[in-house]
Amino acid sequence: MSTETHQEDCALGEPFLELRCIHKHFGAIQAVKSVSFTISPGEVIGLMGDNGAGKSTLVNIMAGNYPPSGGEIYMEGKRVHFSKPVHARKNGIEVVYQDLALCDHLSAAHNVFLGQELKKGFGPFRILDSETMYTVAGDLFRELKSETRPRDLVREMSGGQRQAVAIARTRLNSARLILMDEPTAAISVRQVSEVMELIKRLQHDGIAVLLISHRMPDVFAVSERIIVLRRGQIVADKPIACSSPEEVTGLITGAIERA
Amino acid sequence: MVDSAVITEEVQKQGSTLLQRLLRRQALWVTVALIVICILMGFLSDSFATVENFSNVTLNFSFIGIIAVGMTAVIITRGIDLSVGSVMGLSGVVCGLVLASGAPIEAGIAAGLLSALACGAVNGYLIAFLNLSPFVVTLGMLSIARSLALVVSNNKMFYEFGPDEDIFVEMGGGSLLGVSNPTWALLILALIFGFMLNFTAWGRHVIAVGSNEQAARLTGVPVKAVKMSVYLLSSLTAGISAIMIVGWMGAVTNALGMTYELRVIASAVIGGADLMGGVGSAFGAVIGAALIEIIRNGLLMAGVDPYWQGAFIGIFIILAVLLERIRHRREE
Ligand SMILES: Nc1ncnc2c1ncn2[C@@H]1O[C@H](COP(=O)(O)OP(=O)(O)O)[C@@H](O)[C@H]1O
Ligand SMILES: [Mg+2]
Repeated sequence: MSTETHQEDCALGEPFLELRCIHKHFGAIQAVKSVSFTISPGEVIGLMGDNGAGKSTLVNIMAGNYPPSGGEIYMEGKRVHFSKPVHARKNGIEVVYQDLALCDHLSAAHNVFLGQELKKGFGPFRILDSETMYTVAGDLFRELKSETRPRDLVREMSGGQRQAVAIARTRLNSARLILMDEPTAAISVRQVSEVMELIKRLQHDGIAVLLISHRMPDVFAVSERIIVLRRGQIVADKPIACSSPEEVTGLITGAIERA
Repeated sequence: MVDSAVITEEVQKQGSTLLQRLLRRQALWVTVALIVICILMGFLSDSFATVENFSNVTLNFSFIGIIAVGMTAVIITRGIDLSVGSVMGLSGVVCGLVLASGAPIEAGIAAGLLSALACGAVNGYLIAFLNLSPFVVTLGMLSIARSLALVVSNNKMFYEFGPDEDIFVEMGGGSLLGVSNPTWALLILALIFGFMLNFTAWGRHVIAVGSNEQAARLTGVPVKAVKMSVYLLSSLTAGISAIMIVGWMGAVTNALGMTYELRVIASAVIGGADLMGGVGSAFGAVIGAALIEIIRNGLLMAGVDPYWQGAFIGIFIILAVLLERIRHRREE
C-alpha cells in the first residue's frame, strides 16, 4: 500500500475517491476482502464479477449504507466516514441501487425527489411543490428517452420505467461520482443505449461513473478501466484498452487467475 | 402532427389511469356501500332517516373516527397501534382527576393530552429506535396504560369537573350549527391529516416508510422520526377523543375505551388503509368508521341482539383484509 503505486494508478491527477484495503464480512461470510482502488474525476470504470462476488456490497460501502469492517476511504485525499447514505450524497456520490430502492405507492416524480422534496411557502407552512417536481422529473425522463410519466405510481410501471426513475434520481444534485449497480438489467436495447449515452455525457461533464454490469459489450463501450472482482477480491484493475472480453470472462470465472 | 398525436394519446392514457386509480380506491366503494345501506335502511325503517338518528349515528362514529385518523397514519407506515383504547382510558381518567381536583379546564385538557402523548412517545421510541415490533410494543402498552388508568383513578368514577365544568361538558356534548362538537373535531382532524398526507413532505415520508422502508432510508427519509411521529399522532387522537367523550358522557371511569382498538382498526382497514403499508387516507378513516356505525345502528333497528355486534365487527375486519388480499393477488 505505498503511496507511489497509488500515484501511478492515477494518471488523471488526484483521485476523487480512494478505497484502501476495504474489508466487509457478514458474520462468517467474507463478502469483500482487502479491496483497494481509486476513482479519478470523470473516469468511467467497469466493475465486473460473478453473482456474489461482492460488487453490491462494495457499492453499499461507498454509498455509506454499510460500514466497512476494515479499511479506509479517502475523498480528495481526506479520510471520510459515511455513516449514512445522505453523507455520501452530500459529498457528491449518487447511487443507482441494484433493487432500485423505489417506493411503489408514490408517483415517479415523488420517488425521484424522495428525501429531498421541493417545497414552497414559508416556515411551518411549507408545502410540497409537486407541480415543479412533475416538470423537473418529466424533463429528466425525456432526457433519458424514457416514456415514464411523472404522475404515474411506480407500482404500475415496467422494469425499464422503474430503472429510469432510479437513474433520474441521481441527476438532481451535482454529483461527482455515480455508482450504478446493474442499471440496465431490466431495460430494452434502445434504453440501454440511452443509458450508455448518458454515461458518456456524464464523463464529458467530469462526472465519474462506476458501472456494474453483466453486459460485456456495454462495459467495453463506455469504460476506460475495468476492475474484476472474484470472491470479494480484485483480480484485475487495468485500462480497458489492455484487456479483452475473453480475458475478462476468464478472470470472472477463474480460468485466468489474475491480470 | 406526430407530436399532437402523441400528446392526445398521453392525455387519454392519463385520463383512463385517473379513473382507474379512483375505482381502485377502497374508500370509494365503501362510500357507495354506505349510501346504498342508508337508502335501504330509509325504506325499511321509519326511525332511521330522522334528524335525531342521524346526529346520534354521527356522534357515535366521531369518537371512533377521530382515533381512526391517527391509526390510519400508523397503518400507512406498516405499523399497528393496539394501545389506543387503553390510552384513551388513561387520558380520560387523568383529565377527569385533574379537573375534579378543582383545576381549570386548560390544565385538565393538557394533563389528558400529555398523558396520551407520553404513551405514544414510549411506543414510538421502542418501535422507531429499538426496532421492536409494533404489535408487541403496543400490546404491552395496551396492558400498561389500562393498569395505569386503574392506579390513577383508584377505581373511582369522576363526574365533577371543577370550576369549568360547564365549558368542559359543552365541549364534548354540545353542538354547533346542528353538528355535534366531536363531529366537528373529526372533520377538522381529517382535513388536517388529509392535507398533511398529500401536501407535505411528512406525508410523502409516511407513505414511503410503509411502502419500502429500506428505500426510504437510503434516500435520506428520516425513518425513525417519521415512525415516532405517527405513534405520537395516534396517541394524541386517542387523547382528544377521550377528552371529548368524557365531556359528552359527563363522567369517566377507568373502563373508558375498553376494546375500542378493534373498532378503530376496523374503521381504518375498511376505509382502505392497507396493513401491508403504503396505502390509506383520511377520508377512508372517516368513511370506514361511518360504515361500521351505520351497520351497527341498522342491526339494532332491525332488532338484532346487540350481543352480536362484536361478531359483525370481527367479520368486517376479516372481510376487509380478505378483499385487500384478493386485490393484491390480481395486481400481481
Ligand atoms: N446484507 C447481507 N447480509 C449477509 N450477507 C450478505 C449481505 N449482502 C451480501 N451478502 C453476501 O455477500 C456476498 C457478496 O454479495 P453481493 O455484494 O451482493 O454480490 P454481487 O453484487 O457481486 O452479486 C454474497 O455471498 C452475499 O450472500
Ligand atoms: Mg449485486
